[in-house]
Amino acid sequence: MDPLMLSRIQFAANISFHILFPTITISLGWVLLFFKWRYNRTGDAAWMRAYFTWVKVFALSFALGVVTGITMSFQFGTNWPGYMGTVGNIAGPLLAYEVLTAFFLEAVFLGIMLFGFSRVSNRVHTLATFLVAFGTTLSAFWILALNSWMQTPTGFEMRDGVAHAVDWWAIVFNPSFPLRLIHMLLASSLTVAFLIAGFSALRFLAGDRSDSMWKVLRTGVFLGAALIPVQIFVGDQHGLNTLEYQPQKVAAMEANWETRSNVPLVLFAIPDETARENRFELTIPNGASLILRHSAAGVVPGLNDYIGNHPPVFAVFWSFRVMVGTGLLMLAVSWTATFFLWRRGTLPRPLAYLMVPMALSGWVAVLAGWYTTEIGRQPWLVTGILKTADAVGPIPGSHVALTLAIYLVIYAVLLAAYLSVLVYLALKAAKDGDTSPLPAVLDTPLSQPAQAGE
Amino acid sequence: MTLDWPTLLPLIFASLMGVAILVYVVLDGFDLGIGILFAAADDHEKDVMIAAIGPFWDANETWLVLAVGLLLVAFPAAHGVILTALYLPVFVLLVGLILRGVAFDFRAKVPAGRKARWNRAFLFGSLIAALAQGYMLGVYVLGLETGFGAVAFGVLVAFCLAASYAAMGAAWLIYKTEGALQQKAVGWLRTALVFTVLGMGAVSLATPLASPRIFDRWFVFPEMLYLAPLPILSGLLFLWLWRLTFRLSETGDAHSLKPFLALAAVFTLGFAGLAWSFYPFVVPEKLTIWQAAAAPESLAIILAGTVFVLPVIIGATIYSYHVFGGKAADLRYD
Ligand code: HDD
Ligand code: HEM
Ligand code: HEM
Repeated sequence: MDPLMLSRIQFAANISFHILFPTITISLGWVLLFFKWRYNRTGDAAWMRAYFTWVKVFALSFALGVVTGITMSFQFGTNWPGYMGTVGNIAGPLLAYEVLTAFFLEAVFLGIMLFGFSRVSNRVHTLATFLVAFGTTLSAFWILALNSWMQTPTGFEMRDGVAHAVDWWAIVFNPSFPLRLIHMLLASSLTVAFLIAGFSALRFLAGDRSDSMWKVLRTGVFLGAALIPVQIFVGDQHGLNTLEYQPQKVAAMEANWETRSNVPLVLFAIPDETARENRFELTIPNGASLILRHSAAGVVPGLNDYIGNHPPVFAVFWSFRVMVGTGLLMLAVSWTATFFLWRRGTLPRPLAYLMVPMALSGWVAVLAGWYTTEIGRQPWLVTGILKTADAVGPIPGSHVALTLAIYLVIYAVLLAAYLSVLVYLALKAAKDGDTSPLPAVLDTPLSQPAQAGE
Repeated sequence: MTLDWPTLLPLIFASLMGVAILVYVVLDGFDLGIGILFAAADDHEKDVMIAAIGPFWDANETWLVLAVGLLLVAFPAAHGVILTALYLPVFVLLVGLILRGVAFDFRAKVPAGRKARWNRAFLFGSLIAALAQGYMLGVYVLGLETGFGAVAFGVLVAFCLAASYAAMGAAWLIYKTEGALQQKAVGWLRTALVFTVLGMGAVSLATPLASPRIFDRWFVFPEMLYLAPLPILSGLLFLWLWRLTFRLSETGDAHSLKPFLALAAVFTLGFAGLAWSFYPFVVPEKLTIWQAAAAPESLAIILAGTVFVLPVIIGATIYSYHVFGGKAADLRYD
């Protein structure tokens, strides 16, 4: 079997599984800090209950993020030695700063955040929560700087086929970085907003009407409703940025086969790369020209300018549509829910039923977005510098096939376990309502035996 | 050798990487060891054992990320060679780390009936992670050979490293627990020590025999004199520790941290010996640290950050061990 193809699938599988969890932890950290802050301000124990329910999800997601992340850092050496060989001088320092500044910050203060509530002062505990949230965001900063540099490299020069840094500022703040960072941080917040709203909806459906349920539900719904328009705007800006720096990617995203004016927006199509045309097209006239050039007569780059040097069209086209479609669905759901919560003070059951599966909508949009970005960069690993095919290592295909198969099995099992624990925690919280004891918060003695790690 | 930056930087990074690996082995050694000791513990003891490592394991594992990260960023050429040569053992290590890392969290959150399953995953994951590390060490010592002899030697080192991690785990439990479990840990420590001694002996003998270059580094005058303290001190420490294990039960808690410190010292000595054997190679007999190093500008920018950040990390780590100092109590979020 072809080690290149297998290594690609393995890398895609690993990073897709990894990104699910940081996406949650990056923003959940801030949401927890918000709960903590509300508790500090109001002294209302319901906020602390919300904190303790979701800090468990945080701990679990964090653990999954860490172990899959360790897998990622080994992958560079095991499967893509050509990557560090060519751009190691640039990727290296960025990754090193991620480990040094972000990972240690999180890892060291995580213990205090999770288990330290009754061991340190409330102030130190709040500070630890802040540092963990800050650390996860910092790691997103560094890793996205690297990924964006791979998309739109600047600030370096090539000597003997190896990239050397000349301007670190230009490397970190490369043209696609600021928008990608903002878009990703918003994506993470939306993922968490829908996750906590969805699980509160599940508690609501299970008959829970406790204070802490309402508080989390409102936090999730309002956060989602507030951020989704911003995300759509930023996504549009991101698309314009991509048009400027990676036009072939936009051509594939729009499945536009020819450079011309008055390009329609394709809503549905089966792009066919051999015939170089779309089948079963459903379009809005002038749509793409209007979105990308803000005028019906605007010229949009087409794939004919990049024959042999553009990404696979079908995958890029569809993953982009899945992401945007999910975004629009998020808009509809969060605004409807906001309306009901605001005006009626409660949720209609059908809406609550819809919100439960929407708990995972963030994951869908994030994965689809990353597939657009990463597949859209192919055949390049680092645009214009290193082709994916030239980075792969000398591992026999059979080894990669074996490891890939085992990874997939493990990931499937872990995903199932993760989701079932989430549902279990939500239902348990629904059953306990606001009656379970919170010894450290309420200053009452332990009335039931403590369980290790709980 | 002229002392300019291109010469110095790879040296500095090799030392940093060495320190990161050593700290990793000592710190994650004890929590992997506790995972291995799950094999001999009952359900209640397992909860206490987890509580003894709960707030630390993540930070401990971050030292591995740092060590691999430094190899990756400072010696990119070596990183590729070593990790492609060790593709399968690295994979086993990763599976082990994944299993134990998640089992740690899942076991406390799943419905009670499923807990046993995750306990098994924790044991199994810790064990194969330790075995994989030992195997990789063995194969690396023999210069990344692939013949039968290398595999057999790798297997031997794998078992011995797992045993020495178990010894670390037991020593940590002696420090963090009391009563019956502490007594039990003394017994575990004794058994594990026997295999640890065997393993360190085997590696120390095999390394010079496998490579004439290493042989010449050790068995010449006057180096032999300077190096002699390494094995002698290790031997003395082992003896002292062995005797101490018989007194631990009577003297109460006064010496509870000493076994752990003694083992950490032995690890450090052994590590110094290895470092001496391999210097200046990162890939034994193939790539020296200068041949494998990244460009000086890139190393310099990492170093600038490291000098600033490392003390902070160490300070924060000490603070966290201080917050969770004393005997392990039940872990609770609230
Ligand atoms: C909750 C998640 C989420 C939502 C609702 C959206 N996106 Fe997105 N999108 C991402 C999550 C995301 C992401 C995972 O964060 C990506 C992948 C890589 C990146 O930079 O961000 C991304 C990439 C990405 C790209 C690719 C940029 C490139 O590769 O150069 C474009 C053009 C857009 N997005 C545009 C949009 C638009 C117009 C949206 C309107 C609905 C939208 N996104 C909603
Ligand atoms: C810093 C972050 C990232 C780096 C350094 C990186 C690097 C890479 C590399 C080395 C490949 C090569 C293999 C290939 O072409 O198939 C790749 C492809 C891929 N990456 Fe990323 N990636 C990053 C972030 C992500 C994220 C967050 C995702 C999200 C899920 C992702 C999804 C993918 C996918 C799906 C492919 C496969 C593309 C294809 O097969 O055509 N990547 N990336
Ligand atoms: C190829 C690319 C990647 C590599 C090599 C990588 C590596 C890692 C490693 C080793 C960890 C565990 C750190 C620890 O021990 O605490 C980790 C966690 C993390 N990663 Fe990644 N990662 C990659 C892609 C990404 C991307 C694209 C993002 C975000 C956009 C991201 C965000 C995070 C965050 C926030 C954490 C810490 C929180 C958590 O563990 O859940 N990573 N990563």
